[in-house]
Amino acid sequence: MRFFKELKPVIWDEWVIFRRHFFKISISAIINPILYIVAFGLGVTGGTSLSGVSYLKFLLPGVIALTTMNSSYKAISVKLITNRVYDQSFEQFLIAPISIFTLCFGKSLFGAFRGLYSGLLIVVIGKFFNITLNITPGFMAIMFLNGLVFGSLGMLGALIANSHADMNRFGTYVMLPMTFLCGTFFSTNQLPPFLRELVYLMPLTHASAILRSISMYKSFYLGSIFILLAYFILFQTLAYRKCLKIST
Amino acid sequence: MIEVRKLVKKYSDLTAVNNLDLSIKKGQFYGLLGPNGAGKTTTLKMLSMLLTPDSGEILIDGKIVNRKSRDVKTIIGVVPQHVSLQKETTVYETLVLHGLLHNMKFRVIKQRIDELLNFAEMSTMRNKKIETLSGGNKRKLMIIRSMLHKPSVLFLDEPTIGLDPAIRRVIWDLLKRLKTDGLTIILTTHYIEEANILCDVIGFMSRGSVVKEASPFEHMKGIKPVILENFNGNNTEYFYFDNREEASAAAVELDGEVHIRKTNLEDVYVSFTKDRRLE
Repeated sequence: MRFFKELKPVIWDEWVIFRRHFFKISISAIINPILYIVAFGLGVTGGTSLSGVSYLKFLLPGVIALTTMNSSYKAISVKLITNRVYDQSFEQFLIAPISIFTLCFGKSLFGAFRGLYSGLLIVVIGKFFNITLNITPGFMAIMFLNGLVFGSLGMLGALIANSHADMNRFGTYVMLPMTFLCGTFFSTNQLPPFLRELVYLMPLTHASAILRSISMYKSFYLGSIFILLAYFILFQTLAYRKCLKIST
Repeated sequence: MIEVRKLVKKYSDLTAVNNLDLSIKKGQFYGLLGPNGAGKTTTLKMLSMLLTPDSGEILIDGKIVNRKSRDVKTIIGVVPQHVSLQKETTVYETLVLHGLLHNMKFRVIKQRIDELLNFAEMSTMRNKKIETLSGGNKRKLMIIRSMLHKPSVLFLDEPTIGLDPAIRRVIWDLLKRLKTDGLTIILTTHYIEEANILCDVIGFMSRGSVVKEASPFEHMKGIKPVILENFNGNNTEYFYFDNREEASAAAVELDGEVHIRKTNLEDVYVSFTKDRRLE
């Protein structure tokens, strides 16, 4: 009960900003994915097929995983680094009688909601390109779990970074390679073995693979869910420990 | 109300707070004064649980303070030295968030916001974004925010730093009104006039501990009532006298600019910090 009471202000704080910038957030969430769909799905491949389905149908689940990742990561990291380093308002949470665990979990949770929202926008965009996917509760749950993973990573990054420049570098080192390598735009089977194994360690690979399998009525490797859960627990624990250190 | 025993905080080789002992009574307005690096802000951060002491003990309202002291956090209000407000939110949203963080019900929060905005004469700014507020209004907002959950102890870390004299006086009036509510307040400041006007007791801090503690009136007893300032072209020398006549007689003998006036708390502070620096 106490946990939910403490969660309320953390979520409310994020909600206020989301509500205020709803249109800006929505538009910026769809621009990159639309460009990816147009450039790679229509431009580069010109409607060819991959793994036995049209490339657009293959691409969209990957773009959804990517969008979920970016939205949840940015939703948490950009606001947190601003609050912590620039306007220093993050201190308000540290002084308040709420637990650090709830604070970290609440932020990641909202990150996951933001990721889910953006992912669903891409599902709708897909309709305009005549791409219909099998959207099930399981599909939504994986989007949400992917959001939890990257919301936690965004939280961790913003707690470690000392400036927006640091945050950008973190994005370049961690997020950008995942964007292009983790089975978003092509099957990871096409990669050389050593790179394939490396890419297999990254969470986005598993989110892309599960979403693609569900959307095409195929079975998927259940272990991928546990890998995503393990990443969520890892990032959440590291963020919690870092936040605890900052708070005292 | 607040007991601090043998408090120590070190940053590598530097001892910021050194065996600090403090005892502050309920309803007292206590000022911590001292030069830069004396340990005032570090002390306040430990009292407000933003820093963990290396050793020593803090008791607020009989409860031992540590990082798990959620019940202590509910009875303290903190106004940090820097402006710590989210620029994108409005005055109202800033206050609502604080209320929710203190587990207050929406109905109570709204009622309390009305009271406090009225109290601080900020009712017209309710829906204004933080980034559009003046420096003075941001400070006022931080003070009323810290009061929203009705704390019994308030920590103010240089609440008027960087404000022009007119706005500073407005903030002082606000703090004077809080004082009448029986709140225990600890203030750190560089402005001697501020401490003199607001505080019941002033503790001079040096090298991490309080070395002299008294009411502003008692502090003044430690210094002669008249001061003669003599600028000799290079620096100013200060001479203290029991009365104006003695000071005038001494002035005749001096070259350069001469100014005779009554001593004030600033003179006590300056002579004190000068002495400490020479040690």
